[in-house]
Amino acid sequence: MLLKKSFTRRNALHLVGSVLAASLIAHTGFGAGVTLRFASDSSGTGGAFIKALCDEWSQKTGNKVEIISRPQDATATLQQYQQYWAAKSGDVDVYQIDVIWQSIAGPHAVDLKKYFKADEISQHFPRIIDNNTVNGKLVSIPWFTDAGTLYYRTDLLEKYGYKEPPKTWEELAEMAKKIQDGERKAGKPDFQGFVFQGKASESVTCNALEWVYSYGGGVIIEPDKKVTINNPNAIKALDTARSWVGSISPAGVVTYGEEEARNVWQAGNAAFMRNWPYAYALGQDPKSAVAGKFDVTVLPKGGDNGKNAACLGGWNLMVSGYSKNPDAAADLVKYLDSADAQKKRAIDLSLLPTLPALYADPEVLAKNPWFKNMVEVFKNAVARPSTVTGADYNQISTAFFQNVNKVLTGGESGKDAVQQVERVGKRLVR
Amino acid sequence: MAKQIDLLERQRRLAWFLIVPAVFVVFLVIGYPLIQVLLYSVLKYKLDGVTPASFVGLSNYLFILTDPDFWLAVQNTLIFSVCSVTLECVLGLAVALVANSKFKGRSILRVAILIPWAIPTVVSSKIWAWMFNDIYGVVNVLLINFHLISQKIAFLATPATALPVIIAVDVWKTTPFMALLLLAGLGLIPGDLYEAASIDGASKIRQFFSLTLPLVMPTLLVALIFRTLDALRVFDIFYVMVGGQGNMATMAIYNQQWLVSFLDAGIGSAASVIILVIIMVFVVLYTRFSKTSFE
Repeated sequence: MLLKKSFTRRNALHLVGSVLAASLIAHTGFGAGVTLRFASDSSGTGGAFIKALCDEWSQKTGNKVEIISRPQDATATLQQYQQYWAAKSGDVDVYQIDVIWQSIAGPHAVDLKKYFKADEISQHFPRIIDNNTVNGKLVSIPWFTDAGTLYYRTDLLEKYGYKEPPKTWEELAEMAKKIQDGERKAGKPDFQGFVFQGKASESVTCNALEWVYSYGGGVIIEPDKKVTINNPNAIKALDTARSWVGSISPAGVVTYGEEEARNVWQAGNAAFMRNWPYAYALGQDPKSAVAGKFDVTVLPKGGDNGKNAACLGGWNLMVSGYSKNPDAAADLVKYLDSADAQKKRAIDLSLLPTLPALYADPEVLAKNPWFKNMVEVFKNAVARPSTVTGADYNQISTAFFQNVNKVLTGGESGKDAVQQVERVGKRLVR
Repeated sequence: MAKQIDLLERQRRLAWFLIVPAVFVVFLVIGYPLIQVLLYSVLKYKLDGVTPASFVGLSNYLFILTDPDFWLAVQNTLIFSVCSVTLECVLGLAVALVANSKFKGRSILRVAILIPWAIPTVVSSKIWAWMFNDIYGVVNVLLINFHLISQKIAFLATPATALPVIIAVDVWKTTPFMALLLLAGLGLIPGDLYEAASIDGASKIRQFFSLTLPLVMPTLLVALIFRTLDALRVFDIFYVMVGGQGNMATMAIYNQQWLVSFLDAGIGSAASVIILVIIMVFVVLYTRFSKTSFE
């Protein structure tokens, strides 16, 4: 017994010793190679694409990149990042961040003007660069941009005698109803007129901002800090959206994020869908039930006097201010963001580049002819009130998405909802 | 005499010496965070790493106690806790009684009932959320196929249906835990008591109410305390199944929102303190009840 004990103890000591030795070797052995940690997408085709790019960079530079999977949900992603930032953690070197997080991320970012030349920066859409510049600091470099887009089934529009996609939400509701009724009679009981993102998360903030803006109801809090959400147009917009739920949209749409909506759409079970451009390439996949049967356009206006609206989204690359290897990290960012990489992304994944020049590129247009229209969409793009609310954006967005979600579930009237949001807004931007 | 006092004194010192590490650890893991939370709860303190903290007195508490969202969260949590714990108790006891009786394949059954408990809550909640999906969820398909409903139901869309669904999922998941605890309690009851009862002519039902139930009561009460405290802190099932729906928040979700989403350590900490007080009320009630029933 005693003998056995001393043996195990000696074994344990050996083990500790060898682990120590191994870690020493590991530290000195690799020499110059650094390992960068990059918080980004790791799943699906997008994830595979990013991984391939990172591997290319690793081979060229002799460094390593470890991709840290971010949650699929944007709200959850920000929560994860904020924990790293609050702890001033150097565990992540490069972050993929949303356009609306620039003020929140600002204090934790390296100023990318140090690494990007002025003419490199000016190749991007100037409005996104403006958005990403907080107090003179370029918080992140645009990677790909996004805008809310209307997807519609060309085959079904033709079948039901429509020549072009709807111009107003009213038209959309009418067309959706007719197609839905017809398809359900034709033996598709699960067919839906219109799917969108109604889930109480950042997704419905984007959707509802488009409705409100298209009806002339403003952008919740205007750039001059005026809280404008409590107005008749905004109420009309929300009540209109409420009228879709259970009629042209499934009752469960109030729990849908992007992927839930896309699942319904891609199975061929919807006539219209509001989604981001990423759904285009996936929908055209040969395995998709809607391949070759749909097109995209600008979202409808709110009534004849309304405006087109497209919520501005998009992802950007930021170098952490707490990174131990900011130079290597900035080099990786440059590589991921190069014109070549953006072009390949546009062709392979139909993600919208942030370089206007690529929208006239023949190879890009050959694969994605609809990119032509998107330049126009970006002119109608609506930014969420993230700059004016700064680090408190999450609070106004949460108040907005929770109340909009309540309206959609029938738990609250549009009038009460805008009052609730106004109350929170006024508390934040005093 | 002097020697004896000396000895007592030494014993006392030794006792202190032995207890100090434990006190230190308790202070480190419970006392320090608790004091920290109390301290933060009277500050205006954003965790963005930029804004400096400032003292605001009790205004964080005032804000929460006048926030209708908070009271809605309390209401949701209480409904969830009372319903789920009651059902889990009743069903758990039933399962335990079955598993405690002697029959073939008993050990396999004992393992099988543990499966729902063994699956991580996040995973099982997500699976259930898919099963309750309004378009492609299996629950809707089954209900339609058996002609129980004519139109598919969006179970997770409104509190009226989502809350019962979530309670059902929790009951599915936690009944095995209850059953296991109660099974241990049942195993402690000596078999000859039942023999004696049978000879005296007590029916099976009489035996249950006069023997089994009172004797398993101490275990049941411990299980109840565990489950109630667990249920009052519920986060994962709600977070996965209904996400950020404002009218479906629980106390823990309300707390998490302020602390994590809004990075507001002041209001977040004040919410933690209020929740702590609410949970303490239940602890005191339970300990009172267990004292009166056992003394």
